[in-house]
Amino acid sequence: MIKFSGKTVLNLNINGENLDVVVKPSDTLLYTLRNELGLTGAKPGCENGDCGSCTVLIDDWPIKSCLMLTVEAKDKKITTIEGLKNAPIQKAFVENFAFQCGYCTSGFLMVCNSLALHKPKANNHTIQEWLQSNICRCTGYEEIQSAIKSIINNEI
Amino acid sequence: MNINSQIGVSTPRKESWDKVTGRVKYNGDIIPTGTLHGKILTSVYSHAEILSINTSKAEISSGVQGVVTSAQIPILTGPLIEDRPPLAKDKVRYFGEPIAIVVANTEEEAERAVRLIEVNYKPLPVINSINDAIKPDASLVHDSLGTYTCDADDIFPKAHTNIVDEINIRKGDMDIGFSESDIIFESTFKLPQSDHIAMETRNVKAEILPSGKVVIYTSTQAPSSVQKDLSKAFSIPESDIAVKVPLVGGGFGGKSNTFLEYLAFIASKAVNGKMVKISNTREQDIMSAPSKIEVEATLKIGATKDGMIKALRSRYYVNCGAYSDSGPRMARAIASECSGPYNIENIYCDSLAVYTNHPYVTAYRGFGHLSLTFCIERMLDKLAKKLDIDPLELRIRNGISPKDLSPTQAKIKPSNIGNLSKCIDRLKELIHWDEGSIVKMANGNIRAKGVSCFWKTSSSPIDASSAVILTLTSSGEINLNCSVVEIGPGTKTALAQILAEKMGMDVNKIHVKLEVDTETAPIHWKTVASMSVFMAGNAIINAAEDLMTQIRHIGSKVLDCSPADLDISNQRVYLKDNPNIFIDFKDIVHGYKDPLGFAFGKQIIGHGTYFMKDLTIMNKETGMGYVGVSWSVGAQAVEIEYDPLEFSYRLINAATVIDAGKVINPKSARSVIMGGMSMGLGLSTREEFIFDDDGMIENSSLRTYKVMRFGEQPEYIVDFIETPQGDGPFGARGMGEHGILGMPAAFANAISSATEEEFDYIPITPESIWKVKTGGKYDTF
Repeated sequence: MIKFSGKTVLNLNINGENLDVVVKPSDTLLYTLRNELGLTGAKPGCENGDCGSCTVLIDDWPIKSCLMLTVEAKDKKITTIEGLKNAPIQKAFVENFAFQCGYCTSGFLMVCNSLALHKPKANNHTIQEWLQSNICRCTGYEEIQSAIKSIINNEI
Repeated sequence: MNINSQIGVSTPRKESWDKVTGRVKYNGDIIPTGTLHGKILTSVYSHAEILSINTSKAEISSGVQGVVTSAQIPILTGPLIEDRPPLAKDKVRYFGEPIAIVVANTEEEAERAVRLIEVNYKPLPVINSINDAIKPDASLVHDSLGTYTCDADDIFPKAHTNIVDEINIRKGDMDIGFSESDIIFESTFKLPQSDHIAMETRNVKAEILPSGKVVIYTSTQAPSSVQKDLSKAFSIPESDIAVKVPLVGGGFGGKSNTFLEYLAFIASKAVNGKMVKISNTREQDIMSAPSKIEVEATLKIGATKDGMIKALRSRYYVNCGAYSDSGPRMARAIASECSGPYNIENIYCDSLAVYTNHPYVTAYRGFGHLSLTFCIERMLDKLAKKLDIDPLELRIRNGISPKDLSPTQAKIKPSNIGNLSKCIDRLKELIHWDEGSIVKMANGNIRAKGVSCFWKTSSSPIDASSAVILTLTSSGEINLNCSVVEIGPGTKTALAQILAEKMGMDVNKIHVKLEVDTETAPIHWKTVASMSVFMAGNAIINAAEDLMTQIRHIGSKVLDCSPADLDISNQRVYLKDNPNIFIDFKDIVHGYKDPLGFAFGKQIIGHGTYFMKDLTIMNKETGMGYVGVSWSVGAQAVEIEYDPLEFSYRLINAATVIDAGKVINPKSARSVIMGGMSMGLGLSTREEFIFDDDGMIENSSLRTYKVMRFGEQPEYIVDFIETPQGDGPFGARGMGEHGILGMPAAFANAISSATEEEFDYIPITPESIWKVKTGGKYDTF
């Protein structure tokens, strides 16, 4: 078990870069990303794991960064929305009008991107299972569904 | 020279790529180094006297810079009635009410210190429902009602009661109406209090500069109101207050009042004007910040056997919670539009706004209209059933049309209302109405379609105004600056499209200032009431004309002709008769320098304004008056599949046909309508505050307060009718809120017909159906 006490300098792998950051044991990954590193794409929406606005990828899997301590992310590959460069899902969101206010968008994009990576042939049931983790209050979800389906080879 | 039309085109919103890359900055994303953090202590009682507040331990807690209670700010606030202290004074009136603020170096230190504040309460009897509020001997939420300052002439609080306002509609004669009726019946309805749940919680930063300038950075729909409200509350000249609003993460009406801004200002003042940030947790945003009204109503309707409605008597109670805010205005909107989109000659309506010990309310998508729509549309379905008339046919027969009078006796004109029967006809086709509204399936399930119509007007103040400023870049492109806040629906992109269309230029050459700064942008009433495209769009058309007049003027000098000989498009001005003779904007809009070295002209700046026309306040006795410039109408349907063994259901289809006047951006419009429908289905199926016996909200997190999730949505069917609004920009009228309006009614109508029961409340859960069907006899409680 790793032990931390007081403020510690931690080296984190974020969006392909190794960055030093000062953390307290109680800091959530969301807090560190936003307040220490200026990566504000991940949003606080509930800080309780209910809404998914803060979703990032840890070793390519979606994780709600409000529920993960920064110290737990040591030695893991962290990807935030800022690390998503020209991913097909971003274009699909623009073309399908899959957002309005945009506040939940980073979180949805991270889940969708991971889904496309891990389950490139996901069926409707799997898509629903994955995307139920996040809340969008502006759209009717249909737009998001069209976006994810446009990049997934939906054969099964 | 002409380019393709820029409206009726699905231009991606201007900020699309900034949003899908996480680069867009919302208010909470900008935290300058050195910003202090404020945390709010909230009430743990819904009604109690505050005997004492002891902040001494908090004050010496580490990192604490200041602690504020109502003792330092003896003021009252409120847009209509000044009844709300920003921090509770002497007593608390709802669970979650702000009592004190701690300002500390870090959020953590502020949070720790907040817990050290000791408050001594003496609990008081709780007004936990509308029924509690209107009992003759009810305890009073506000002892001082009647002595509060009212900022509106047309609001009539009743001293020594919990009634904030009563609005009456008296149109025609009820005796005549009922005597002409073959059938008369009455029903009672209930729609609970619930929350906006914008994904970005309310958050503010405030600082007071040494010059005296107050700077408020906030997530609001109403920058000008924040400025005005702070000015009034703290006696600071409006000119010394700057309000800065970046993109906003959803509002739905919830960010249209001034709330946290008062607290952030007070907090900054307590620490010598340093910048203080206050950000609501989700729980605070639900419990502490304003929410949606609760409504209870009784409607009595009289109709002939042909289904012609002759009389409508209705009584509405609007629960405003602990403070009035804009609650009475929603009660007023309900009264003024109480007929729904139907022509009823005899209408009496009483709409009462009441106080309770629940969280206070503010505007919510639909501004009361979804409540009246639910009640009247359930009544129409019942009437259709009683008379055995097709529910849509009944609606067509009674549909309001030009020459009719609204409940406030405003004249309906072809130019100020959409075409309801066209909407209904289109809806019928889209939902295959003629194939039957109820089908029993092989597996025993029942498919049922429910329908609803709606109408909505702006219910705005009579002096609402908007304005825009246009400047030009050196390459002859246009910068558009106005105070409309981009809260999500793509309003600013639609405005750019309107300007592009008017100027005959490519929308990509229009640059919209997305952030709002009251120091540089002209005033826009508020980004509410689905009126932003209408109001700012009209101002833009006005501004474009101003710009073109100036361009033609200098163009005529350069091209040596009369301004009337010139046309404008594609960022150039040219001879009507010979478009090959032209001059580009870039060469004239900052003054012209001719080849011989002479210079003339000047920098061109365009401006345009819009002012609400011909509105009046409602007559106190009869309700007569003009409360909005137009009515958007539409027809909606919900199809469900009901399982009679499990008492559960699935949403299959949901449809909306709305007369939008003119659709500026089809994909945006469709998405905004679907979003409204999604919210409406949330209200229909799950959303409500659950209060315990002491008035405390039991579901104050997103784990317990349920909203629609991905995959639960039905197939959405959305279509538009375009009957131009006479005074709308290119004929457009409001449609931002409207998707929500008829969803609860259509859903309840579908469930009622599938279950052969009458559901006159929302939400309707499988559990509530089970209770109605079985009497809840296996309930162990």
